Amino acid sequence: MNSIIIDDEEMARAIIAQMIENHPDLKLIQEFPNAIQAIKFLNHIEVDLVFLDIHMPDFTGFDFIDTLKFPPKIILVTSDKNFAIEAFGYSCIVDYLVKPITEERFNKAVQKAKGAKIEVVNEAKPSIKDEVKEFYVNIDRRLIKIDFQSVDVIEAKGDYIHIKTENKNYIVHSTLKKIELKLPSDMFLKVHRSFIINTKKIIDIEDNSVLIKKEVIPVSRSNRPELMKRLNLL
Amino acid sequence: MEQPNINYINELSGDNLAFKNKMLAILKRELPEEIAIYKEQMRRKDFVIAAQSVHKLKHKISILGLEKSYYIAEEYEDDLKNSNIDLQLSFEDILKLLNQFVIEI
Repeated sequence: MNSIIIDDEEMARAIIAQMIENHPDLKLIQEFPNAIQAIKFLNHIEVDLVFLDIHMPDFTGFDFIDTLKFPPKIILVTSDKNFAIEAFGYSCIVDYLVKPITEERFNKAVQKAKGAKIEVVNEAKPSIKDEVKEFYVNIDRRLIKIDFQSVDVIEAKGDYIHIKTENKNYIVHSTLKKIELKLPSDMFLKVHRSFIINTKKIIDIEDNSVLIKKEVIPVSRSNRPELMKRLNLL
Repeated sequence: MEQPNINYINELSGDNLAFKNKMLAILKRELPEEIAIYKEQMRRKDFVIAAQSVHKLKHKISILGLEKSYYIAEEYEDDLKNSNIDLQLSFEDILKLLNQFVIEI
């Protein structure tokens, strides 16, 4: 099985690489310190198995899986025991290894991967995202539900995003890139590197800005053509 | 206080000395880097981001066989997400111990 490793920690990659080398059925094709590089690689090369860390800055292991239309078999490798339940939601995840991993446990996971069949591919994911009417954000250990339709604007500020809704504003530790993946693409558009807007809430548009409620949102030159495409222009 | 060891690395390496040396070299390079990043995040009081660094350091703590320290790190990681730094000194004592051990191996 052709395999890749995605982990931001070199030590972890070295351990898994060694275990792959020791396994007669595995071949290490490439290793990556972040998921973005791996996505680019997978656009050109097909692999059978991915050893994937969950906790990575900017783009997590789950973000990675969500972006793949046809994900390969995935073995999660993490220091966190708490993601097991979330992992069950993905048919492509065949096993879950908690660091530090032992060779015995690693071999069992590979054995599972060999026998596993991915029943449902992520192809359905975008439409699921479009059918879902809300998303949840984690604020002070509480999961708060926000309806897509209620969101006016999402603004990036440092390590946080400000989600401005009809009734309330929320400050969440996340990135625009992450939340963009959760939003229905027919309703939301990134118009600037720091702003995602709900296009249904636009009041008017000027050359390089849009008005939503009383707020003027900048529109980058590069994002303007996509915004104009979305409008039902006379 | 429990003491670090390289039992896990020895077990993983078997008689593969090249791999053992590679692991130790990574450890010597990566651990001080991760500690420096964590300290800078704490200096900026960026506790939620520092929690991510603690998460990464947990792996090194477990690799070096510090079982009790691992649980402290786990609790500290959760606390930091809520800007609670009660365990900061205990955690940083663990880092000192690890750093010293890694310098000496």
